[in-house]
Amino acid sequence: MATVFGIPLAVLFGQVLIGLINGAFYAILSLGLAVIFGLLNIINFAHGALYMAGAFTAWILLNHAGIGFWGALVLAPLIVGLAGVVIERLLLSRIYRLDHLYGLLLTFGLALMITGLFRVGFGSSGLPYPAPAELSGGTNLGFMFLPNYRGFVVAASILVCLGTWFVIERTRIGAYLRAATEDPDLVQTFGINVPLLITLTYAAGVALAAFAGVLAAPIYSVNPGMGQDLIIVVFAVVVIGSMGSIAGAVVTGFALGVVEGLAKVAWPEASSTVIFVIMAVVLLLKPQGLFGKVS
Amino acid sequence: MNAATTATNTVTSGRALAGQAPGLLHEDAGEGRGQGIALIALAAALVAAPFLVYPVFVMKLLCFALFACAFNLLLGFGGLLSIGHALFFGFASYTSAHASKAWGLTPELSIAAGTLVAAALGLLVGSLAIRRQGIYLAMITLALAQMGYFVALQAPFTGGEDGIQGVPRGALLGVLDVSSDFSLYWLVAGLFMAGILCMRRIVHSPFGQVLKAIRDNEPRMVSLGYKVDRYKLLVFVLSAALSGLAGAMKALVFQFASLVDVYWTMSGEVILMTLIGGVGTILGPIVGAAVIVSAQSYLSSLGAWVVVAQGAIFVACVVLFRKGIVGTLADRLGRPL
Amino acid sequence: MLDASAAKTADVGAAPFLAVQGLEAWYGESHVLHGIDFEIRRGEVVTLLGRNGAGKSTTLKSIIGLMRSRKGSIRFEDRETISLSSRAIARSGIAFVPEHRGIFSKLTVEENLMLPPVIGRGGMSVDEIHKLFPNLRERARSGGTNLSGGEQQMLAIARVLRTGARLILLDEPTEGLAPVIVQQIGATIRRLKAEGYTVLLVEQNFRFAAGLADRHYVVEEGRVIDMIPNSDVDANIDKLHAYLGV
Repeated sequence: MATVFGIPLAVLFGQVLIGLINGAFYAILSLGLAVIFGLLNIINFAHGALYMAGAFTAWILLNHAGIGFWGALVLAPLIVGLAGVVIERLLLSRIYRLDHLYGLLLTFGLALMITGLFRVGFGSSGLPYPAPAELSGGTNLGFMFLPNYRGFVVAASILVCLGTWFVIERTRIGAYLRAATEDPDLVQTFGINVPLLITLTYAAGVALAAFAGVLAAPIYSVNPGMGQDLIIVVFAVVVIGSMGSIAGAVVTGFALGVVEGLAKVAWPEASSTVIFVIMAVVLLLKPQGLFGKVS
Repeated sequence: MNAATTATNTVTSGRALAGQAPGLLHEDAGEGRGQGIALIALAAALVAAPFLVYPVFVMKLLCFALFACAFNLLLGFGGLLSIGHALFFGFASYTSAHASKAWGLTPELSIAAGTLVAAALGLLVGSLAIRRQGIYLAMITLALAQMGYFVALQAPFTGGEDGIQGVPRGALLGVLDVSSDFSLYWLVAGLFMAGILCMRRIVHSPFGQVLKAIRDNEPRMVSLGYKVDRYKLLVFVLSAALSGLAGAMKALVFQFASLVDVYWTMSGEVILMTLIGGVGTILGPIVGAAVIVSAQSYLSSLGAWVVVAQGAIFVACVVLFRKGIVGTLADRLGRPL
Repeated sequence: MLDASAAKTADVGAAPFLAVQGLEAWYGESHVLHGIDFEIRRGEVVTLLGRNGAGKSTTLKSIIGLMRSRKGSIRFEDRETISLSSRAIARSGIAFVPEHRGIFSKLTVEENLMLPPVIGRGGMSVDEIHKLFPNLRERARSGGTNLSGGEQQMLAIARVLRTGARLILLDEPTEGLAPVIVQQIGATIRRLKAEGYTVLLVEQNFRFAAGLADRHYVVEEGRVIDMIPNSDVDANIDKLHAYLGV
């Protein structure tokens, strides 16, 4: 068996794959955060909780409505997106004229509420969610064994990120979004419904989080705490990459996932902190973030 | 596009948070009396409390009240939101527990050690966090605190999931035994009062005035030649140190230090206490801590619903009640509290 | 009955396209418009003249609904708009070209051009616009703010011509531009007038305005203090210089 620095190659590739999967979740979540922040000027602390809600929605659909993974992959983002519409209309829309920090505090409270409610309903221990039968088993790539579902997660995440990029950069609604990010008042004077655009953007951002949650359900056990620690890592990702660019958020997410996976091989104890260390280093060397502009 | 439309989106960080009632913070003339009376009442309550209420409960309350005041020093007067203050509180708690148990240090030295460690961590986190502003600063503090949590989880001296248990309270200066709740109370109450007066002094000092001016209009202070980063860093360290004082005391009160105190939910709790009491008021965080600590002990039977309720209060505070209890009261009375 | 309805018809015939009465507006606490009165008839080009800070731009922003605190009366095609959102005002047929042009840097030239939705019939086609402003076709793919200042101003005007809006509010279109560009913009505005557009122009450059407008309103300290038809400008030149502090 070939080795690198005494580590079997298969182990190394296995960790890269795990890194890519984590990176996929970082990418989708930081993408959603960036899109929401661009237009709403709010850091959505509830993003992790809504990711968790996506996973639970898939679990509930399966166990109470008999709807499987593929149905959940479509329905869960829609349901959580609808919840996003309610959150935005009912709460967030009241604080746009205030300091950005209030948005963080409000969504922090929302995260506690959502997480707490799921804990009340489902307890704290994890619930199992099976991978779809079509994707069971794995493929031998020669240098490593690739579980089919994990390969699918990486591919689906990349597709979703590309799709989001396309909608924002190449469509009319995306042009509205980019313009409103720069100057919402002026966009409104063209007769464009900016409040509706804001609501839809928030809904789409949290639907992305829910999509990631459904993808995560067969990999991690479905439990109320699954989004909390994740969102803090995603915050670090966002600080490292800065939220100014869609591509930046996605690339930073995947790259940091892989770095974290490699760290797990080299120094397992440090793998949970490596992204935070990178954040500290980036702050020292390039305070505005890798893709940030100097203001 | 123009001043009017952009102004709505770019309120300087912190001003809107703390300055909901501008008159409340831009006082100074005639402000002394309201606060003076309140502080005397507070001191009187401290003397009477252990005769009326279970001392451990009062000490717990004082630790959290001091913690919330220290947090408020940063947010209310510095305009800087940290979501990582559990790091300072928790690590100070570990330090004083360890110093007392493993090294056999006297309580005053254990507490001093905890405070110093918190100040050092504050210097470290602060110097990184102030390189960015607003919500980025908040995210950085959260991320660094989470890193501290993972360190605490794995480092041997914290005892991991078990924490440090059976911490001896020892004897003050090696002579005055403070192992009983009643005797320890006077030490805790004394340090609490010292902490509060120290913060009041900071807020009203020339340093505090510059700090508030930076909070209200940072670009202006930069153009006037102030090294705003130094002011921000100093208030960050002071806030971390005072949070550490609170955490160090808590370890001796409960004779226990655990992961709960370094986890991000603790950072959330201290924000909630400050918010509910009134950001940018001297007495607000104390009231807020009293509300939350009492609510937690009365509602503990509700289990997971407590977190839901906390979240709901958080949301309600931000949407409906941004001045908090003391801020609203001070508005009614027309004087700062 | 008959008399009344006859009178009404006559009124509609005589009703101004845009009528502003007793308009007041505030930036936060500060009261900037103290009662603006003027009107524009269909097909006119009218300017608001005045010194810096007199309230000209604020008047435009009030008409398009960007001033959140405003009161008084603004009637467009005999419909009260004072309490409408800027979105609804735009949909009723008013287009706004802001000071500093408001070109979006994250959008290409073409995206900037295509951004405002069509709100009524009679707007120009993209081909017609490209004929009017050939540069915009050549540079369709560049970033909006990579254009020169003059091109950006053309783009800012061009993008509202597509929409079918009939009243165009132009805020300082010549600010900071070279004389040759200023001439081009003047020609464009004349062209718009010939096509039947109504234009309300805020301008510091009085000589530019005098070559285009039918009438001039003078704004001072948030009030309209005088109206001078363009034909009387020469006779009133000293008075105008005094108003504008030239």
